[in-house]
Formats: sequence, structure tokens, C-alpha cells
Amino acid sequence: MSTRLARGGRYLDRSRPLAFTFNGRRMHGLAGDTLASALLANGQMLVGRSFKYHRPRGIVAAGVEEPNALVNLGAGGRFEPNQRATTTELFDGLTARSQNHWPGLGFDIGALGGLAARVLPAGFYYKTFIHPRPFWKHVFEPVLRQSAGLGAAPRERDADRYEHFHVFTDTLIIGGGVAGLHAAKQAGAAGRRVLLLEQSAHWGGRGPVDGGRIDGMPIDDWVNVTLHTLNDMPNVTLRARITGAGVYDHGYVLGYERVADHAPDAGGPRHRLWRIRAARVITATGAIERPLSFAGNDVPGVMLASALRDYVVNYGVSAGERTVIVTNNDDAYRTAIALQRAGLSVPCIVDARPDSSGVLPAQARALGIRVKTGTAIAGVKGRRRVAGVALCRHAGTGTVTERIACDVVAMSGGWSPVVHLWSHCGGKLIWDAAAAHFRPDPAQPPTNQAGDGFVRAVGAANGDLHLSGILPGGTAPAEAPPVPVWMMPLGADIGKRARMWLDYQNDVKVTDVQLAAQEGYESVEHAKRYTTLGMATDQGKLGNINGLAVLSDALKAPVPQVGTTTFRPPYTPISMGAIAGEARGHVFQPIRRTPIHDWHTAQGAVFEPVGLWRRPYCFPRPGECRADAVMREVTGARTRLGLFDASTLGKILVKGPDAGRFMDMLYTNMMSTLQPGRCRYGLMCNENGFLMDDGVVARLDDTTFLAHTTTGGAGHVHAHMESWLQCEWWDWQVYTADVTEQWAQIAVVGPKARAVLEKLGWNLGARALPLMAWAEGRIGAFDVRVFRISFSGELSFEVAVPASQGRALWDALLEAGAEFNATPYGTEAMHVMRAEKGFIMIGDETDGTVTPQDLGLGWAISRKKADYLGKRAQARRHMTDPDRWRLVGLQTLDGTVLPDGAYALAKGENSAGQRNTQGRVTSSYHSPTLGCGIAMGLVKHGPDRMGEVLAFSTTDGGTVLARIVSPVFYDPKGTAQNA
Amino acid sequence: MPEGMGVSALPGARAGGLAVVREPGLQGMVSLKLDLTAGWAAPGVMAATGHAVPGQRQITRIGQGAVAWMAPDELLFFCPHAQADVLVAALSDALKDRHHLAVNMSDARVLFAIEGPGTREVLAKRMPVDVHPDSFAPGQMRRTRLAQVPAAVWMTGPQAARVVCARSVARYAFDTLALAAQQGGAVGVY
Repeated sequence: MSTRLARGGRYLDRSRPLAFTFNGRRMHGLAGDTLASALLANGQMLVGRSFKYHRPRGIVAAGVEEPNALVNLGAGGRFEPNQRATTTELFDGLTARSQNHWPGLGFDIGALGGLAARVLPAGFYYKTFIHPRPFWKHVFEPVLRQSAGLGAAPRERDADRYEHFHVFTDTLIIGGGVAGLHAAKQAGAAGRRVLLLEQSAHWGGRGPVDGGRIDGMPIDDWVNVTLHTLNDMPNVTLRARITGAGVYDHGYVLGYERVADHAPDAGGPRHRLWRIRAARVITATGAIERPLSFAGNDVPGVMLASALRDYVVNYGVSAGERTVIVTNNDDAYRTAIALQRAGLSVPCIVDARPDSSGVLPAQARALGIRVKTGTAIAGVKGRRRVAGVALCRHAGTGTVTERIACDVVAMSGGWSPVVHLWSHCGGKLIWDAAAAHFRPDPAQPPTNQAGDGFVRAVGAANGDLHLSGILPGGTAPAEAPPVPVWMMPLGADIGKRARMWLDYQNDVKVTDVQLAAQEGYESVEHAKRYTTLGMATDQGKLGNINGLAVLSDALKAPVPQVGTTTFRPPYTPISMGAIAGEARGHVFQPIRRTPIHDWHTAQGAVFEPVGLWRRPYCFPRPGECRADAVMREVTGARTRLGLFDASTLGKILVKGPDAGRFMDMLYTNMMSTLQPGRCRYGLMCNENGFLMDDGVVARLDDTTFLAHTTTGGAGHVHAHMESWLQCEWWDWQVYTADVTEQWAQIAVVGPKARAVLEKLGWNLGARALPLMAWAEGRIGAFDVRVFRISFSGELSFEVAVPASQGRALWDALLEAGAEFNATPYGTEAMHVMRAEKGFIMIGDETDGTVTPQDLGLGWAISRKKADYLGKRAQARRHMTDPDRWRLVGLQTLDGTVLPDGAYALAKGENSAGQRNTQGRVTSSYHSPTLGCGIAMGLVKHGPDRMGEVLAFSTTDGGTVLARIVSPVFYDPKGTAQNA
Repeated sequence: MPEGMGVSALPGARAGGLAVVREPGLQGMVSLKLDLTAGWAAPGVMAATGHAVPGQRQITRIGQGAVAWMAPDELLFFCPHAQADVLVAALSDALKDRHHLAVNMSDARVLFAIEGPGTREVLAKRMPVDVHPDSFAPGQMRRTRLAQVPAAVWMTGPQAARVVCARSVARYAFDTLALAAQQGGAVGVY
């Protein structure tokens, strides 16, 4: 039974009790506890079930490497699965539930009789879910989905906020243990800007637990003195509760800060993602202890030796009353000594080495602790809690020599430096045979933009496990080297090997890795995927090296030749909220608004996204559906006066001595001949000859053009222009500027358009501004540019004013237009009117594979010009193929609206057994003007087939008949727009 | 245009917290593109505006006006809103024989002021800029991004900054700055 000790606990504030619940049971802990230490203090060792076999799982570790103690934490908007109890700081009111069991933690159907292990060997999925084929969709996948994942998915909206924080530093040090503090002191004294991050809430790392002295002081004292020194340095910033999550190119590092996990109602952001740019990075990330592989090493109560002394020293918690220690190194003797000093019983230290005669073993023996060398654990007694161990000779096959009753087994298989951050950006490792671990190879560090190493590992992260190697003033008892033990006993049979766990969370055993090797999965990356070794939420922090060693043994290849799997960020899981930062809710994405946007909103406009803009789709009146609103808006503009917010249209200024030449290259038509004061509709193709954008170009003066683009195309077209100017025609004298947002632009449309502008006070000189001309001047009090252009087929003026006057002009037009029943209209009415006139829409009639020639726009292609972007491509055989689908109008025989995107059917089937097609609908609307459905489409030989009737497919499998007609449905002579 | 007809993007917008975020109103801005390395550039700019050409990533102020370096071939002038067209005319006149582009961009932009002890942290939460006082002091200018939109930023005092971005995203920019400035979010670095 685990329990709270009467004394001890460096992190505890015994005057501050905290209440929490686990699986609904009320428990008590102390300020300074982690959830894991508090659970142990309440006698709760069993904390979950493993993923595959639903085996009972207890707390193994005391830090980030914990694979078992994962809980569903919190409730409602603060619910989060897979939270590590060992790193979750306890707070008052915490609620946690264990995971992956049904119906209960104590009794689980999935674990019945240990059957699972026999029917789910490594590679089971790959072998089983292949046949019969239909079973995947109907049986296997639904069942696997049900059992996938450990924790539950959150159901409610996250109650917290998150944010990013950008920070720049000369030296970033990750890890606030002795090595990190020492490095910070050195860098700080050298005058560098230093940022030191510690993942836990406490400074000093393992040092204070493991003991020794620095500069003659106990470690705790040295840590305090050093913290004082660092706090006095203005150039050094110390931050606890931030994990160095990932190291990336160019010294970019992510830090994951738990701002409020330990104080959930503090009011600030919950997590903060630090986006750090560091000139150099020092990893002082310590080392992680390895388990030992012996039969029954997954029974709750089997723990890491170091974790056990962490719980005693830091949290005043004992995991049990009688602890057997099993080790291959001297360090584990520290646990025996710490337990004995805390008044706990250590019946035996089982040391696999034939000899243990170092300083620490001598201290243990002096305390009266029995040490058995050359010995291994043959098996563990107990299912849901350790009840005892059976011992055997390590060099043998497992014949039991002795049984010892105990409730905890503390294991130590040696230490692995935390090389993750070193490795993220390409740092290489070397195998240190003496210490039996991988450590950073100083000759092959991650390199920066100059090719220089920018990461340095120090302390235990660099393989320096002894205090004297970490800093000059450090002293600690000398330790004899460990003897690598990858399996105990050495001659264990398959029955034992099948009960030696490598990965506790995903249930990977020694036999699974051996099976993978036997079946040809020799690459460590393949063996990983085949067995799922290291694929759990702990990413193999605990079991990977043991697994690699087993694989290397099975392959008869040395460990360094087998190598490691890839270390990828993040080092420990980080929350989705931290990644998203503040980008949620009303600031999820920028929404672009025109100066008239608030009016649209107040009118109850239905909005549609166009790029990042929100444009009014239509303005339904009370009781009116959208379709009715669109019909009313079209009719209003066609018969009286329509007002349209065209501010979003792209407006790009092109100026310079070479501007005409540049415009001639950009557009398919001749722009250089355009006279100042005039406008011309132009087409822009990409270099593959496909239509990219269209719009009206106005010539402002001899050297200046104003190019209008589509709403969605403005940014892209501007970038396209700059790309050609900067990369290809860098010697041309042309400047461009995107002035889209400088202007609010309102289309004043319909038979009464001129009347309303004259009523406001037309003062532009040219009284009868002809079609495709523009003028500058005043309308009423407004500074305006007026473009006489029409996308509706009606008499139409586009009036541009500086954006700050846009709303005032809109209001003035509404007021003056009231007598003409001025009708504000939205994008859908605009689309309908365009379609009635047979005007194409970029993105409807074009999709990146359509040429101007396909759309019957050959008239807008200059044959006089030597070149323009797309000209050469348009001469290629496929582009001039007479069989290309070309634009026509389509009218259903029954007057209904053709489904958008529908295909025109042709005879027969293609080689894939699909029906042949001969065209498709590109845009389709109901026309209130004509009182029937109208559509445009691309049809094979279309313009040559006027009057022919085609059958179009519908989504319900039927067909609808439509006649090929001219795409210009309304006013083909242009009487209205020329009025 | 009659006085008072023009309005800025978010007139009177203001939010408090770690720092005050507010929209001070219409601000005249003129973009000038020209070859800054040409011998005639600096004298032309001086003749038209009285401003010297600022160095890379710098902004200089004279009275109510200022000029910022935006790119190797671009400057941004600040002036009272009503003066922007006059400034464009002056630049166009002084540089009329030279290849250049001067354009009034006042209404294409929105200006925000951020003032108070938390100013630098508010910026650091939204912009990938080194806002440490040693690196970013009054006189320095950065073109960068503000969360998801392009922006320019400069300090006007040790605890005061100005941010310029596109007018259409004024609401987003203000909201995201106000959120960054919300109480409880102090980082404690600057």
C-alpha cells in the first residue's frame, strides 16, 4: 500500500491541503503534489489499463517519461484526455478519471483471462484485416474505431484562451537542473541575452534528490545561491513550467508554457507557446532511467528506481512498504539508501552484475541492506499489485532460487541521455558502449544557416551522468560502470519473454520485437511500425532503447548499427490550443470588410466569403427568402436603380516609362494604345496560356494605368506582376502599388443611374461620359473618380471615393435614390445580371484549364503584339485543338435551372466504364428578366451546334434536356448599357 | 471633401488591459517608390518634404510628419490626413523627371496606438519581432505581420507603439490586439 510519509517532501507545503477526485472518489493531497504523488499518497497505485490488452497499469515514473498514469482530466470545457499524472500539478478541485477500461478500472472485460495477448500478436492488424475485402469497411474499421485511442475526446468548446509569444535571445538553455543553471551562469556572465527554460515548477533537476556537493555546498543550497545570482543578472530570464518542445532550423525553438494548468481560474491564458529565435541553444535536458526486461515487469508496483526516491524525497510519499531493488548499476543503490533512511524496508537489492563493490553499494551494505549479485528476477507475483518476486541466477534460464515478499519492485536498467532536442534538427548520436547509451556526437551537431553547430548538449543530456563531469566544483560518490542488461535472466524462455514488457502503454513485449525481426522487419523504423514500439503518447521515452537492444540481439547486429528511430518534435505532447494560439472565435481568421460593411450588416445582409472578404450575397427583406431577394434585386437594377458595393474589386496602380510595354505583356489585348481617360476590358493569362484574371484597365495618364482585378484575384495578380518585374524584367522601369483599399467603389446601375448622380451634383466636366471612359471630379461634395463601365448590361457608373468617404457616399446615394426606389443588390444579383449578358466569371467559366479562345474571347487577344504572357502556350497543338470544349449558352426545354456543374452526356463509355461526356455547365441561374433558367457551359464544338439539344445528367441519375443557344440572353445589341 | 465627412475604420475604438489599444483616427500616409540608391533621390525627397531619407528599418519624425523606410525602393510618409494629396503633388512635382510612384494611401490603412507598460509584450504576442528595448527603440520601424495580417510597427516612446495595417482588417487587428492586451496575460519578460 502506498502512503504519505510523516516527514519529508521538498516540494510540499503541508499546511495547504488540497481536495481532488479520482474516478469520483474524493481524495486529499498537499500543495506541491503532482496528481501522481497525491494518488500514491491516497493508496492508489492502479491508474489505468494498457491500450491493446487492457492490462492493469500502475504509476511507473515521476516525470515526463510516464507511460501509464494518463488520465482524463477535468470536465466540460476543461476536459482533456491523456494527461500525465506525473507532471500534472495538483490543485484544489482537480477531477481525474482513469482511461481505457470497461466497465471499471478494477474489473475490465477486455482483459479477461489474458486472452488478448494470445490473439493480438505484433503485426496482427496487417495480417488479419486484409481478407475478406468487404470486412474492412463493415467490420474491422468500425470495431477498431471503437477501441482506438486511450482517453475520451472532449465534447465541449474549450473554456480557456491560449496565445503565442515571440522572443529572441542569444543563448537559450533548455533544462533548469544543475547543468542548465551552470550554463546560464556562464552565458549570463559573458553578457549574453540568456533565456533559461525549466519544464517543471522546480529548479535543480535531479541533483537535490541524487545528492553530492557543489563548491562544498549541498545541491539545494547551491541551486538557491545560483538562482539568486541569475535573478540579479538583467540579461538572464528564468522561466519555469516551459518545456523545450522542438528545435528547428535557423535556431527556431518552440517552448510550451503551462501558464494556468496548476491554477485554472487565474484568468490568464492557459497555455502559451513561446516561439523563440536563439542564436545558440544549450540542451541541459538530463537523462531518463531505463526499465529492465523481466517477466512480469508491467505489474503495478514495478517502478523506476529513481522515481521511487523522487516520491520519497520530493513528495514525502512511499510507493509501498517492502521494496526489492533490481539493477545493473550503482545508481539504483541511492534508492535503497533513500528508502532505508525514510524508514522503509528494503529486503534485497538484486544486482545482475557479478560484482558490486563501489561506494554506493558499500553504503547500502553498511545500512544493513542485503545485496545479491549475479542475480535476476525470474518472475513477479501478483496481478493488480506486486505481491512478491522470484529470484534466479542472471546467467541461467530462470530456475527459481528464492522468493521474496514485497509490494514494490524498483528497477534500474541504466540511464539514457535525453537527446531528443539535440536530434530534432539533425544532431547525430554516438553509442557509448561503456555507459551503454546513445549520447550526442559533438562532431556532428545540428547546423545553422552558416553551417556551424548551434546546439550544444551539457550535463546528463550529454552523457555526463556524474556531478564531477558536469561542473568543476561538483563532487559525488564514484560509480562503477553499468553492465548492459537487455533481458533477465539471459537464458529466459519464450514464456518469460512473452511477459517482458518493453512498451507499457502499447503492450509491446520482447517477443513482439523478436517476431518482427524474424519476419524480416530489420530496419528499426519498420520494426517500430510493425510492433508499435515507441508509438504511444510517451513516444518511447521509457522503452525504446531496450527495444532497440532486443532488436539488435535478434538481428545479431551491434546496437549502433541498428540505430534509433527518428526523434521528432514535440518532446512531450503539447495542446492543440497552444498551437492555435489566439486564433479562435472572433479572431480565428481576419475578415476583410469594406467601408460600407456595417450598413450591410445592419440591413441583415446574407454574406458570402470571397477570399477573406465577406460580401453581401443579397439583402432579404422581412419574410423574403434568398431567391426572392435576388430576383427583386435584379429587377430593381434592370428597371430603375441598383446600388452595388464594388469596393472589393482589386485596383492596382502601374506606373513608369515602361508601364505600357509591361501592360501589353500582362494582358492578351493591346493596352499601350489605350488613351488617357479611357477604359478597356482586358484578359490576363498565366504563362501556360490559361485565363487567370480579367478586369477593366483605365489609363490615368501617359505613364500610369489603373488595373482592376477580380475581388479574389487582387493579391495574386499583384504578386504576379511583382514576380515578373523583379525576376524577369528587372530592368524595366515600372512601379506597382495595390491601392484596392484606398478606394470605396459603388456601382450605380440602371435606367435611373444618371439621374441620381445628376441629382447629387454631377461636376465632372464631360457631361455625357461615354461607355468605357472615366473622369475625375466631384459629385456633390465627394471627390470621385467615375468609370462608365457595365457588368450588368445596364447604364452603369462605378463611382470611386477615398475609403473614408465611402459610407457617406453610399448613404447619400440611398437618400437621393429613394425616389427611384434605389435597390442595393448583392453578389448573386450581380452574377445573374452578368450571366444574362453572357459575361464570363473568373472561377465559374474558368478553372485554370480554360483559355480565352475557349470562351469566345478571341476578340480580346491582340494579333499585332509580338508577345504576351501565354501567347506561346496558346499556339501549342492541344490549345488549338478544334475539339476543345467552348462556351455556349444553354436553355432548358422546360424552363428549369440546370444543375451547376452537370455534364452533357455523349454516347458510350470510356475505358474506366464511365459514361462519355461532351460538355459541362459552368454557371446556371434562374433569370427573373427572362423568366426561365439560363446557363453557360463549355461544349465540344459548341458554337457550331446552335439549336442542338443536349442531355445533362442530374445527381439523382436522371437527365434534363437543354438547347445550345447564344450566351447573350439579354439585350444583345447593348441598347441599355449604351443609353 | 467637407470637414468631418471622412471617417477612419474604427472611430473611437479603445480597449484597456496590459496596455491601452486605440484607434487615433484618420492619418495621412503617402507611399513613395523610387530608387533610393540614386543620387537624385535624397535631394528630391528633401526638396518636396523637408525629410532626409531614413536608413534601413528606420523612421524619422519632424513635427507632425514622419518618414519610414519600407523597402530598398519604398518610403512611407506620414502627415495630417488633409495634407496627403498636397504631399503627393509636391513629391510628384519634385520628382517629375524621375521614375517614381507617389500615391495617397491614407484611406487604405488603419493606424493603432498601443500605450502602457505592457506595450512590448502585446506586440510580442502577435508579431515575430524582437521587441527587446536593446533591439527595438523609438526610431526603429519593422514591416512584419500582426497575427495573420501584414503590418508595420514602430515605437513612439519606451512604452508606446504605433501599428499600421490594411483598413479592411481593422476590426480583426483591433480585436486581436485587444485580446493580447487582456488582463491576466502579462508574461513578465519586458
